[in-house]
Amino acid sequence: MSTVIILADFQGDVATKTTAELATVGARMGSVCAVVLAPAGKGAALAATLTQGPISSIAIVESDDVAKHGVAAAADALAQVAKAKGAEVVLVASHAFGKEVAARVSIALESGIITDAVDVAADKVATQLVFGGSTTVHSTVTHGTSVITLRPNSVEADLTISSAPSESVSVTISDAAKKSSISSSQPPVKGGRPELTEASVVVSGGRGTNGDFAAVESFADILGAAVGASRAATDAGWYPHSHQVGQTGKSVSPQLYVACGISGAIQHRAGMQTSKTIVVVNKDPEAPLFEICDFGVVGDLFAVLPQATTAVSAQK
Amino acid sequence: MKIAVCIKQVPDSWAEKKMVNSRLDREGVDAVLNDLDEYAVEEALRIAEAHGGNEEGGPHTVTVISMGPERATEAVRKSLSMGVNDAILITDAALAGSDALATSAVLAKTIADGGFDLVICGTESTDARMSVIPAMISARLGWAQMTFASKVVVDPAASTVAITRVTEAGVDEISASLPVVISVVEKINEPRYPSFKGIMAAKKKTIETRDLAKVGVSVASAWSEVKDFALRPARSAGVVVTDSGDGGNALATFLAEKKLI
Repeated sequence: MSTVIILADFQGDVATKTTAELATVGARMGSVCAVVLAPAGKGAALAATLTQGPISSIAIVESDDVAKHGVAAAADALAQVAKAKGAEVVLVASHAFGKEVAARVSIALESGIITDAVDVAADKVATQLVFGGSTTVHSTVTHGTSVITLRPNSVEADLTISSAPSESVSVTISDAAKKSSISSSQPPVKGGRPELTEASVVVSGGRGTNGDFAAVESFADILGAAVGASRAATDAGWYPHSHQVGQTGKSVSPQLYVACGISGAIQHRAGMQTSKTIVVVNKDPEAPLFEICDFGVVGDLFAVLPQATTAVSAQK
Repeated sequence: MKIAVCIKQVPDSWAEKKMVNSRLDREGVDAVLNDLDEYAVEEALRIAEAHGGNEEGGPHTVTVISMGPERATEAVRKSLSMGVNDAILITDAALAGSDALATSAVLAKTIADGGFDLVICGTESTDARMSVIPAMISARLGWAQMTFASKVVVDPAASTVAITRVTEAGVDEISASLPVVISVVEKINEPRYPSFKGIMAAKKKTIETRDLAKVGVSVASAWSEVKDFALRPARSAGVVVTDSGDGGNALATFLAEKKLI
């Protein structure tokens, strides 16, 4: 049976649901070996949190170099484990760190790479949604190990209880992977609102807010939502660039997306049209977003949103 | 310092994109300089300007390197009009349909041969959105990787660079010695608009075109292939109501019916 290497994903000291998702997809293609990259002395404790998903074995790599040198060292370690195990597939979470690790692993293993898969079948065919979710593409790696990054929250994780045996694997981090050093690390600033790309509800504001996001934020807060913004709003300096949804910003795919005062140029649609349910509030009945919404209100967002906020609050 | 900026010409991010023969159709759409690369060009110019400038006879040069069809000279020309000194465009029929591995090999070889100290990229192109090229170039060159920078401080005298890396995982302070590969996030700066003087000057600047033989790498065919693709079914419009005083209540009722609250 072929070996599928997954890079265990952690938040703080606990394995994330993403790890179980990687295992779920990996198990279709072979026997899953989860690699835990840990600081010296921390491996067993981190590995012990891999309690869910069809994981067959755990390889613990203890090295302080990963925390100190980041992506390059992590990739170096992962590539060495993949080689030692003769892995046919390497699966990594599709976030900034995971994609860069995968990029370097594909060079180290002289193998093809597919990023941002939303699914991978037993025959290693990956599904991607491209061009802002307008097109579905099926592709495969044709050379070497299949190095694939999987978008978090794309597949239903198999959450069966797992207690896979673990072993310790030693690696040697090359000098080339130690050329940059991390002097300090801060976890992301957790505001009262969820992270844009992880949120199950996103409320976004655009040109129609005229720079006043108060109504958008209040509605977001009553729904427990993240706040997004169109490029027009971020370019105008009304909201931080890090909240931009669209082709040049973040792609989101929440259960509910509420677009307020956003006309819906392709630039914006590309970042949100895979959302499950789309709600649009706009004064302009001709706004293109109305063509793809599940529910729309033609009206002034400064009247509609406060009323909706009160009504939702009353129903809670 | 010799600073290189890797740029890509991409379909306009405001335009609809489609597939033709398993590849992105690049012919039928307006092509522009990748938005996210403008921040890289701007940052390179600012680094040069902070340490004596890149004017003729100045201590630094900024060169853009791009791989793409002949037509990519338009995007290259834009960066020249912003104030970049010169450009190398790698164009070869054998590169059509190439993957990130081939692209990074071509860019890395060109950078290595050019004697550069510092490479700056955008975080991703708005067409493929893989976000892997800076890491791949760094791996191929064996240079320090300093990606997702929201702040870059270069000390040319000490040959050191410090960046602030910002991702969803948090904020890291990272340092390294030259040579390094940097990618910059879009909040790092506000790219300048080309001035009339800059646009006129750009017409006289050199764009050196190289084919693969000149670059000196052979490129394998792509190591991944598209098996099939399909347009996803278009979403059809749902219920749209006009607010006449109770639009907000109607919205709340819809959310309740859908069990979204």
